[in-house]
Amino acid sequence: MTETILSPMSLLAELTHRCPLQCPYCSNPLALEPRQNELSTAEWISVLDQAAEMGVLQVHFSGGEPMSRPDLPELIRHAVGLGLYTNLITSGVLLNEKTFPALVEAGLDHVQLSFQDIDTANAELVGGMKGAQARKIEAARLVAADGMPLTLNFVIYRENAARVPQMLEAAVQMGARRVEIAHTQYYGWGLANREALMPTAAQLEQTTEAVEAARKKYEGRLTIDYVTPDYYADRPKPCMGGWGRRFINISPSGRVLPCHAAETIPNVAFPDVKHDTLDHIWREAPLFTMFRGTDWMPQPCRSCDQREKDWGGCRCQALALAGDAAATDPVCARAPDHERVKAVLDTLPAEPPPFRYRRYARATDEVG
Amino acid sequence: MSADLTDDSIIRFARGVRLQHDRVRERWIIQAPERAFIPDPIAAEVLKLVDGTRTLGQIIADLASRFAAPVDVIGRDVHVMVTDLMTRQVLVA
Repeated sequence: MTETILSPMSLLAELTHRCPLQCPYCSNPLALEPRQNELSTAEWISVLDQAAEMGVLQVHFSGGEPMSRPDLPELIRHAVGLGLYTNLITSGVLLNEKTFPALVEAGLDHVQLSFQDIDTANAELVGGMKGAQARKIEAARLVAADGMPLTLNFVIYRENAARVPQMLEAAVQMGARRVEIAHTQYYGWGLANREALMPTAAQLEQTTEAVEAARKKYEGRLTIDYVTPDYYADRPKPCMGGWGRRFINISPSGRVLPCHAAETIPNVAFPDVKHDTLDHIWREAPLFTMFRGTDWMPQPCRSCDQREKDWGGCRCQALALAGDAAATDPVCARAPDHERVKAVLDTLPAEPPPFRYRRYARATDEVG
Repeated sequence: MSADLTDDSIIRFARGVRLQHDRVRERWIIQAPERAFIPDPIAAEVLKLVDGTRTLGQIIADLASRFAAPVDVIGRDVHVMVTDLMTRQVLVA
């Protein structure tokens, strides 16, 4: 059976891995790309041209901190000219009255601004940057004052889970139109810090209740996107809406990936935009075809009535938890490896261990 | 919110939201922060008339004449639809 290849809807452009913050749940891979490996402006322009031609509708400029790239306004302007919806995913620490006007002038559609916590001391402990919170609050003020739609993003973990109601209240006060209450996803740095970050079942329940209450309270004023930690679920998430169905991720060095964690997948070549076209990669690169559709699925997915709803869950999570990227996502209660998820939750330490902060490997580590 | 909506209300898209033709998939889409909605064909006809100057009443009259349908029937449907899209922060009045 030949799988239907849809046109991608959404492009995540990870312009750089450089970032002033060091959040221990960062979605970037453990091996961060140094600046000298980053795509040039011309290469990014070509990526945007190809993406629009293929049917991408929205481009998300992310990182690292995308505002570390001086060509960001130029890239936004180019994307706007192509009819792409432009979204900036930023920590906000470089967004100020000197840098923001160029983004507005370029035609930026929307800003997603991340907060590590609503409690300043803990936020700055987690981000590893003194003074970051005040800069973020100022960034939010500038975006809201302009009238550009603003989403606040809060990643939820053990230490800040109790403060979800205050986060939602703050989002309204800061003039956000959307807020993401997103429990940590356990890949990359998040996986490395899982024991320090994972909330308890009771904490998860509290955050769910807080979100449901706020949805009623702020209906029509605040859209709340809520992402749960899937370790507590018994059905897997339809990761990326299915592998190679809707979503393309471009890494800072130009690797083309079905999701931002896909560089963990072993025994497959990583295609990149320096050596091939985006369209050819999307249609034919083994990295994209290997888990597209349902043909690759093992049992119990293959005969499951959910197979075209959850698409077998998350490949990177299957790899991380079951040791096999082609396994059923162990989050699924029907998966042979489901016990491994329970084992992680049953052995969480009473006292969280210290964070392993997101940092570039030292030069000595790289050669050693 | 719906209580505020009358035929004199001027309807416009919220900042950061727009109706756009998707050339590759040959359909209309609503582009919004980090999501895209697919309007049904009737909603698309309504949204094509939302330009920040027309009133809701003018939009309804236009649709009623083009589709040769009673104004009160079209009007009721359009009010429901616009109220829903306001709740979803697509439109503002």
